[in-house]
This record gives sequence, C-alpha cells and structure tokens, in this order.
Amino acid sequence: MKLRHGFPTIGLPERDDSVMRTLRAAAAIATLTALATTAIGCGGGTPTGAGANGDAAPKTLTYWASNQGPSIEADKEILTPELKKFEQQTGIKVELEVVPWSDLLNRILAATTSGQGPDVLNIGNTWSASLQATGALLPWDEKAFAQIGGKDRFVDSALASAGAPGKDPAAVPLYSMAYALYYNKKAYREAGVDKPPATWDELVEVGKKLTRDGKWALGVEGSNLSNNIHQVFVLAKQHGADFFDASGNPAFTSDGAVAAVKQYVDFMAQDKIVAPGNAEYAQNQSLQDFAKGKTAMVLWQTAAATFKAHGMSPDDWGVAPVPVQSGMPGQGRQVNSMVAGINMAIFKNTDNLDGALKFVKFMTGDEEQKILNQTYGSIPPVKTAQQDPAFNTPDLTVLRDTLATSAAPLPQVPAESQFETAVGTAVKELFADAAAGRPITAELVKERLTKAQQQMPQ
Amino acid sequence: MTLLTEATPGRRATRPGGRSLPPRGRLGRAALPYLLLLPAVLLELLVHLVPMVMGILMSFKELTQFYIRDWASAPWTGLDNYRLAVDFNAPVGRDLLHSFWVTCVFSVLAVGLCWLIGVTAAIFMQEGFRGRGLLRALFLTPYALPVYAAVITWAFMFQRDNGLVNHVLHDQLGLTAERPFWLLGGNSFAALVIVAVWKTWPFAFLVVMAALQNIPRELYEAAAIDGAGVWQQIRKITMPSLRPINQVLVLVLFLWTFNDFNNPYVLFGKSAPEAADLISIHIYQSSFVTWNFGAGSAMSVLLLAFLLLVTTVYLLVTSRGRRAARA
Repeated sequence: MKLRHGFPTIGLPERDDSVMRTLRAAAAIATLTALATTAIGCGGGTPTGAGANGDAAPKTLTYWASNQGPSIEADKEILTPELKKFEQQTGIKVELEVVPWSDLLNRILAATTSGQGPDVLNIGNTWSASLQATGALLPWDEKAFAQIGGKDRFVDSALASAGAPGKDPAAVPLYSMAYALYYNKKAYREAGVDKPPATWDELVEVGKKLTRDGKWALGVEGSNLSNNIHQVFVLAKQHGADFFDASGNPAFTSDGAVAAVKQYVDFMAQDKIVAPGNAEYAQNQSLQDFAKGKTAMVLWQTAAATFKAHGMSPDDWGVAPVPVQSGMPGQGRQVNSMVAGINMAIFKNTDNLDGALKFVKFMTGDEEQKILNQTYGSIPPVKTAQQDPAFNTPDLTVLRDTLATSAAPLPQVPAESQFETAVGTAVKELFADAAAGRPITAELVKERLTKAQQQMPQ
Repeated sequence: MTLLTEATPGRRATRPGGRSLPPRGRLGRAALPYLLLLPAVLLELLVHLVPMVMGILMSFKELTQFYIRDWASAPWTGLDNYRLAVDFNAPVGRDLLHSFWVTCVFSVLAVGLCWLIGVTAAIFMQEGFRGRGLLRALFLTPYALPVYAAVITWAFMFQRDNGLVNHVLHDQLGLTAERPFWLLGGNSFAALVIVAVWKTWPFAFLVVMAALQNIPRELYEAAAIDGAGVWQQIRKITMPSLRPINQVLVLVLFLWTFNDFNNPYVLFGKSAPEAADLISIHIYQSSFVTWNFGAGSAMSVLLLAFLLLVTTVYLLVTSRGRRAARA
C-alpha cells in the first residue's frame, strides 16, 4: 500500500516504442510490488516494536496491561502511581503499555512468534490454555508459586481458569469477575416490575412488560464474539451440555448446545425483548443504551465502572444473579456465570525473570489487590484481600457469591480461542438472521453450529 | 550505486563515437533507465522477497499454536495445507472458494466503477473553469485521508440505528420500510463496494488527469474543425490516447482491490459477513484467528499464484491487442 505514493505519474510526450517499453517496465514494477504485498500478508511474525528483551539493564520491565478501565488513558492514570510504588520498593522501573482488547491476542501471538515481547503481561483468563499450548508463558510450578507467597493464596475457581487441568498454570489470577443481571430501577418502577427475574421464563415475562414505547427489555452485543460465547456457555451448562467433550474434542452440535444457542437468540427472534439493532453491536453499545435508559437490563460482568463513566449514579441500577432455568443458582445445571477474569503471566523469554516474579508478587499482594480491584470494580482472586469490607457493596456481593458458588470456567482446552471465533461467529450470524426477521429454528441453529465445528482444527 | 558509477563512464565513452550512434551506444542508451531503476528494484526485492520466501516456506509446515514459538521446529507437511485449501468438498476449501468468488465480483465492480468515475471526472476537469483547482483538491481528499480514519467514519455512518446513511434513507427520504443493516448480511457487500470506490477512484482520476495533459490540443482543434462533436472527440481522440495509461491503471487498481485488507477489516472486524468475505480477510481469519499459520500461508501462496497468472495473461493480451491495433 505504501507504494501508491511512489507510483510514477505517467505522462509521456509521444506514443513510440520507448514509451511502450517504459510503460511496460513501470507496469512490471507496479505489478511486482503489488504482488509482493500479497505474500507479506501471510508473514506471521510482525515484530511488535515494544519488545524490551534486548534491554541492557535488567532494572526495567515491560508490562502489557489489558484495558480494564473506561479507557486506555484512565488505565494509565490508575496504574502509573502503583508502578511508581513498585519502583520505590525494588528499584525496578516498569514500562507500561495498555493494550486494547481488540489487539491484545494478536500482539501476544506476534510476540510469541518473534520472541520479542513484554516481560509481564495480562491475558484474558479464557485464553490461558490456548497460550499455554504455545509454550510462550512461564509455567507456574511450586517453585515459582513459592516466590509469590504460594498457590494457596488464590481462590480455587480462579486458579482453575489459569491453564489446562493437570498442568502447571500458565498464569496467576489478577482480577476476578462474574456475570450478573443489571437492571434499571426506574424502568422497573414504571413498568410495575417489583423484583428482578430469577428464571429465564420470568425474564421473558418481565421483558414483555418492559418492551414498549421504543424501549427494550434486554440488551445484547450480537456481533461481539467473546460475549456471545460467555452467554451461550452458561446456557449450555444449564441445558446439561458442554462445548467440548471429556477428551477435549469439540461437541458443538449436541441437543443441549443447540437449545442454549437457540434460547439466547430467541430473546430477539421469538420473545422480541431485544432490539433488532443489537445484532450489530460489538463496542459495548448495549451498555450505552442501558445508561441512556433505552434498554432496561443487560447481562454483563462488572459493569459498574462503565455505567458511572456514562453518567449513571449507583442508585440508578440494581444487580441480581443471572437467571437460571429453574430453582436457585448453584453448580452443574444451575451454573449462572463463567469465571471471568484477568490473569497475569510472565513471558518465558524475559531477561529479567527475578524482577518479573517480584512484580507479580507485588501486583498479587494484598494491598495492590485491594486498591486495583476496588478501582476496577472487580473481585480479588486473592483470598485474604477478598475479605476486605470494601468488597461488601451490594453490587460486589452478588458477583462474589456468584464466583464462590455458581460460576464455572470456560473450557480450558488449547482450541479455546478457535472455539470463541467459530461459535461466536455462528451466534453473530444467527442474530443477523433474527434481526432480518428470519425464523430461528433448531435445524438452522444446528446447521450453523455444524459449520462452526467443521472449522475447528482436526 | 556502484553499478551506476560504472555505467556512466561507459556511456560517456560511446558519445564521441559519431553522429550515427553505433549499436553499442544505442544499447547503452536503452539500458540506462534500467540501470537507474536497478538499486530500487534490488531494494524492493530484498524488502519484499524475504517475507515472500518465508511465507512460501511456512505454507509447507504444520504451523499451529503448538509450534509458533519456535517455528523452525514445526513439522513439514508437504502439500497437506494446499490439499486442505483446494479440497472444495470440505468446509475449508468451500469457504475459500466462496470467498474467492466474492472477491472476484467485488474487484470487477470496484475497479470498473473507480475507472469510470475517475475518467469521467478527469474529462470534465480538462477544460479550465473557475474553481477547477478547488474541485480537484476536493476530489482527491478521500485518497489523502488515512485509511483507518476514513473507513471508521463510514462504519459509523453505516450503523443501523444511529448511522447517517439510514437517517437519510429511512428517516428523511422514507425510501425503506425498515432500517436496513449495512454491516450485517447481504447489504454488507454494497457497503464494502461503496467504501472501496469512494476511497480509490481519486487515484484513477489523478492518473488519467495527468495523462490527459499530454494529448496535444491540436488534435482536438483539428477534430473540431472537421466537425467532430464532444462525444466523438472523446471516443476517437481521448480514449485511444489513454490506452497505455488505462492498461497500467486497471491492472494496478485490480491488484490493490483484490488484495484489499484495510477496508473490510475496519468495517467488519475479525469476522466479516459471508456476503463480504474478501479473500484477504478470509486468509487472516484462517491464520491469525484459528492460529493455523501454515494453512493461511498456503492460501496466500495460492492467491499470489492466481494474481501472477491474471497479471501475465492480462499484460500479454492487452499488449498484443495494442500491437495489432497499431499494425
């Protein structure tokens, strides 16, 4: 693409042989370069430029933080004073880069391929097993854990989302989150709804009351693949299904999985409590709609900070556990959230392993856990920090109880990332169908899930 | 650089050779442009060839997430990646073929429209009139804007509920009964073509405008005296004079459009709707998203081979056509 500017402006006096020849040469060069850009597209290892592995002084660390706050800038403001504190304690300077979610996985993949990456990084906990399989992250064996105060410091469910079962975790938990049902209290009052729904049937019933006068009951992010996955994963659990069988092979087309996906898309297609426009949402527009009062409910993880950033006051919304099919949230078919969260990993190629371990110890220490989780509205995965009264607010109590009793980790298999893309896209396409008014039948759902399964690595 | 300095004295030496340039002198003169181009071509090859060779090597490996950290250790798989890509009965091959056809239709439409609009605008701009410079600058703006900024603006305009396009079509003109989706489903193809044409036609305009400056005015004057109308002048003078430029222009537009990654990526993100699943995005998905870089590379190599073939055939056919026309 960059060569466009260098393209010769062809303006030649006469059309004789030399013109033809020149033109042909120009054509040949333009062609060559245009073709070359084709092949470059497939070059996997783009060096990221942020690599700090060549640092001469091991007194620095590069840290890729994920975007946890309302914006990248906000994250920098939140994290910089903490990193300064670490520098004062240890003399190690941490160079911070906050990487947006849309880039993070690609950046990690590029760093893995090229070996040029950060020393310490945040990963979405659902990627743990996929990244573990690449071998790019330091495995946390007993010895490594001993350096940060031991494995026992962390909550079990959070540790279970840090790598494949039976292997040393690829990361340690940093922030924990869970899904909850957020509802607009004013909308509830106006529609005469006195309490949040506990089952999906109640949610649809309440939803029909709330959907009127151009307002809608429930917001979804139809084009956000990860969010689609989080929702249908929970619904599949409730239908007694898993997207991977015991030996780690994809099982997308089971009756339970089909029923789960259908139930989720039917909130728009059949129950009509979701605005059709939600099908193209992928940038948290559903949270904006909620803050503006256009929708009355969203199923989301730790949304409080975002609502505040959109100008809501904490009294405006209520938090309830995500509904179940019947009964109360619990384990097995009563699961009502994934174990959401952020893990912290050490890049195996680091030239400052000692410093990296110190930094992880600092970030998972009680004090930082309290400060950071409180700021981000998440729950500390560290047992001692979790006891702090700061995490006893009504919002966080719901999230903490969910994590403790009724959350399950997404499948910790190497193909998890591919699963998110394949099934997430299937759900996105089904929402597009529903928005266009096409009926969502079980056959159609099964067809899309079959296609998704065929895309998985064999 | 060394080649250049060597070439210069050689050329000078032939100069005094006399008025009726001896064969060697003519050769030297013909070679000079190529010699001048040589450093650039060598650098190009160095910058572009290395990644190309890497890509081709990768296409013969099983380069999945288990091997990307040390991809020299990935096992060789022979032609397996290619077999996977061209097995049109299996899902991967079928999707690639679908994506290929979508890209073909997209390219033909986009290049055709870019060329048509570019040539039309250039011809209209040929006559001097007040405000011509301003209009020219305005026409070139889309080409000057950074791709990301321009396309993300389109993405906002195409939003279903809050976008400008639906606001005009639905709210103001009432042309549609429902607000259509532009970034999902079938309309996404139209959205893609619109953005691509909007972005690229100024290039066609620019090149044709430059070429038009070189058509001698006397030709038009003579034609006007002979009673040729505007339409006849365009058909008999402008178009034939533009032929060599068009040959290159269409080819370059085609290659850029066929390979276009930025437009669909910014418009649709990681998973493009089926109707707008361009091949470059498809290959990106097959490698970065599924973490199978071997298969992605194989598809890239196939794409490269296809474009090479198209380019060769195109150049042969158009050049022969022109030679025949001149004979």
